[in-house]
Order: sequence, then structure tokens, then C-alpha cells
Amino acid sequence: MSTTIVVCVKYVPDAAGDRRFNSDNTVDRGGDGVLSELDEYAVEEALKVRDAGDDVTIVALTVGPEEARVAILKSLQMGADSGVHVLDDAIHGSDAIATSLVLAKAIEQQRADLVLCGMASTDGSMSVIPAMLAERLGLPQVTFGSEVTVEGTSVRVRRDGDAATETIEATMPVLLSVTDQANEPRYPSFKGIMSAKKKPVQQLSLSDIGVDAGDVGTDAAWTRVQQTQERPPRSAGTIVIDQDGSGADQLVEFLAVQKFI
Amino acid sequence: MTEILVLVDHTDGAVRKTTAELLTLARRLGEPSAVFVGTGIDAARDALGKYGAAKVYVLDDADLTDYLVAPKVEALAQLVEQAQPGAVLIASDAEGKEIAGRLAVKTSSGIITDAVDIEAGDDGPVTTQSVFAGNYTVSATVTRGTPIITVKPNAVTPEAVAGEAAEESFSPTISEAAKTAKVVGRKPRAATGRPELTEAAIVVSGGRGTAGKFEPVEEFADALGAAVGASRAAVDAGWYPHAYQVGQTGKTVSPQLYVATGISGAIQHRAGMQTSKAIVAVNKDEEAPIFELVDFGVVGDLHAVLPAATEKVKQRKG
Repeated sequence: MSTTIVVCVKYVPDAAGDRRFNSDNTVDRGGDGVLSELDEYAVEEALKVRDAGDDVTIVALTVGPEEARVAILKSLQMGADSGVHVLDDAIHGSDAIATSLVLAKAIEQQRADLVLCGMASTDGSMSVIPAMLAERLGLPQVTFGSEVTVEGTSVRVRRDGDAATETIEATMPVLLSVTDQANEPRYPSFKGIMSAKKKPVQQLSLSDIGVDAGDVGTDAAWTRVQQTQERPPRSAGTIVIDQDGSGADQLVEFLAVQKFI
Repeated sequence: MTEILVLVDHTDGAVRKTTAELLTLARRLGEPSAVFVGTGIDAARDALGKYGAAKVYVLDDADLTDYLVAPKVEALAQLVEQAQPGAVLIASDAEGKEIAGRLAVKTSSGIITDAVDIEAGDDGPVTTQSVFAGNYTVSATVTRGTPIITVKPNAVTPEAVAGEAAEESFSPTISEAAKTAKVVGRKPRAATGRPELTEAAIVVSGGRGTAGKFEPVEEFADALGAAVGASRAAVDAGWYPHAYQVGQTGKTVSPQLYVATGISGAIQHRAGMQTSKAIVAVNKDEEAPIFELVDFGVVGDLHAVLPAATEKVKQRKG
């Protein structure tokens, strides 16, 4: 029995760089972007399933501008088999609702047995796309897996919540998201980097996947950003150097003056 | 007056502080109705009334808690249909955001996550969010459907105002399709006796500089009545459980005081604590980026500074 895994991967501004907004209040994705670090765990989880199974195919799916192919390329270098890039000018400014619609329509075409996502993106970090995809695709939602067991068509995860640790179980087709606790993403090997160049990447427009351009983009967003404002830098604080216990004295004095004690 | 639905966050009826915060914010927008899912309403009723819940919808059906998220979403969608609320407020934890995301799709409504404030506006609630590791604030509104908003802990100081907390039972219809991701095990987290990390007024965190010894961090936290956190480096090294990780892939905290000890202050850590009101750091390395953020910093060894400071705090507190 063959298994198809679709991994949703996102192209994001590098968190180590200077992140800002465009004049239309969308995220500035110019400059050097990367595969969202948290999606590497989803790619790795897919590779683990393929390593342990027979006839497993991994498709890396992204939605975004031309540069977003970086996210697919990195996934292919890690070991994914092929890529799908939904690329359409109309998508610019889409909110999570519209993004989940585009992803869901693209996933439907792939007839996935397993849809894999990271726990959050490192830019928007809403963490809602996996749940929205489960809703749209009518799939069991098995999310925030910190430990994943796949046996045949059964998927089981450990989900660490604030109040309790839960074990969640479902049968494929399943939507699965994993945390950064689930595995250790591999680095692309030299062979992986070379072979990635030859792997197929399909570019699709909105009409290719049957999405009306009027349902996505800034104008179709169901939320509106009124204003974005850069936070004023914190004013420089007092720094003291500890010498024979002076640091503790001054620290406690600060806490007392600030009424924390 | 417009009804505002507040999903109650509780464990067997023990209501979390975030719910009191949500009820307080809901009063700015309309009349709060608490939505209580699960068992333990008798223990919860007083806490809900105390913060102004006029109504309490009680949904006590095992299907709602035996499966992950989906049944709760179906129930809430049916309640939204019936009550036509002005907004739905949900706590911004992992499950809260998932419920909100699915509810938004199901009810064709706009969603805003991780609000740190909400005010009433001419066109519905106006939210404030803190993004890009706290470097920007964003104000936003929902333009379609019922505004579905998740709110971070410590967004507001809960204000007690007596509410009726009149009970209304509501029996949703849960489809078989919603019952596919089964919760086959549930182990409550062991209590530490310390405040909840995301709700605490003071958080003391330890990082790589602890070298695995968290006792000085814990003892200083206990002297201050604080919660204990850890950096990703400390968690990855296996020195402290992941549940206490502060940062992008852990918890986001916004306490009155955040004390970072032995933590360099990488961007991923900043993302989890940069909106704290006051920030203090203790680090051996005077070049550590955490010192760019602090109100007060000590360049020194935490293993010497913290025990001495702990003693002095205890003396002052008598």
C-alpha cells in the first residue's frame, strides 16, 4: 500500500534579521528568507515515516511568492521527493483563513494519507493553520505531537498541554502537527543538496487548484490591521558588576525600590 | 445588551485566572456569558459570577472532552448560531487557538490570536497584539462574522463585579465526523506549588549558565513567590522540563518582573519574554545580548549572586 505525505512548509523572514512591515501592513518578506525552522520538524517526521515504511512519497507544499521556493528546496534537500508551489499574485496579504483555504485545496489534489505541519510559523506564529486544515479537510486533528508513533495507518501522539499530558490517537488519513520536541531534524547531506536540484517542483496558480481569486488576498481578509507600530527601544538599564557580593546587594535593593519585595 | 461568549478554561471546575481576565475584557464589549464545557460547574459557578458572568452555558457531555478539539468547536458554533454574540473570547493557549481557528472557519468569521488588549470600537472590538518578538504592536479588527479573539494571559487585571451566573443548559449535537481524534490517555501535570508560569506576576528563569543546577534559580523564585522558567538551551540539555520553557517554542510570558539568570538572550528567548514590564538579568558575560533589554543587570556568577540575594530577600520579608 502506498502512502502519500504532504508536508506544509512556510517561507519566512529570518528571525535573526531585521523583521518589519510593508506600507500596506503585510509582513515584509523581501530580503533573505528561510524555511520556517519549526517546519523542519514536520519534514523530519515525514522522513522518519518514509524510512520506516514501504512506498512512502513525500510532497513539500508551500504557498507564497517566488522566493518561497526556498522553503521547498530546503525540504527537498532534507529528503522530500517533490514539491508543489502555489504561486499567484492574488494571494498577497491573505490572512490565516484564506491561507488555509489555498492549502486545503492544494492538499485535496494530492490525495494525502498524512498531512504534516509544524507547530507554528516563526513569523505570524498564530498556530492555527493545522487546526483550520483539519476543519476544512474533515480530517482527524492530531496536533502538537511531542512524540509520534505511526504504525500502519494508526497515528498516536503525546500532547503536552498546560494542565495535562494527553495521548491522542487516530486512523489515517490524518492531519498531524509536531513540536520541536518530536525529533531532531537532519541536515541536508551533500548528496541531498545535489539531488534536490533534479526533483520535480510543480507550480500551480489559484485557478489550477480551483480557488476563486476573490476569496484570498488583502481585500478578502476577514480581519483588518488598523495600525502597526514599532515598539520604542527599551531605555538603557543599570548594569553593575558583582564584586564580593555587591551584585546581590544592589539587585535586592533594586527589587525593593521597585516594590517587588 | 450584546452577549459576549467567554470559553471557560478550567480543570474539573477549578477556573484559571485567564478566565477572570477574559470576563473582565468581555464587560468592555457587552454582557459576558461564560461557556463551561465538562464537569465541575458547582465548583466554578462562584468564580464565574464574581467576575461578572451574567449567564453560564453548561455543556456537560463526555463526547466534548473524549475527543480533541473538534466536538467543542461544533458545540460552540451551534451556540454562536443561537446566541448571536458580539464576540467570542478564548484563552490563547495551544488548544484555545485551535478551537478559535476551527470555529472561525466553521462560522465564516475573522479570527485574531494572542491579543494583549481589547477595547470596544465603532466597528466591533479593536485588539492589540505584540508581534516579531515584541518589536511591534499591531491593532486590528474583525471585518466579517463574529469576532473570534484569543487573549494572552496577563492582558488585564481581573476586576470583580458581581454577575448573576444564571445557568442555562445547552445540548449541542456532535457529529460522528468530529469524533475521530480520540483522547486515549490523560495525565494531569504534577503540581509544583509555584504560580502558573504564564500567569505569574514574577518569573525567574535559568539557562545555560546554570550548568544544570537549578536549585539557586528555584530558591530565588520561591523567596520572591515567583514561577520558574527555563531557556531552550536548558531544556534541550535535559536540565528542566519542556513545560517550563520560555521562548518561541515554549511559553510566552508577560509578568510584572522577569529575571533571566544564565541566559544569553537569543531572539527565540526574547520572543517569549520581551513584553515583560520589568526585566532583570544575571549573567557572567557582560556582552550577553540580554543586557540590552534589562532595567537592571548584574554581571556576575548566578551561583554566587542568587543564593546571596535569596538570603537578603528572606531577611527583608522577615
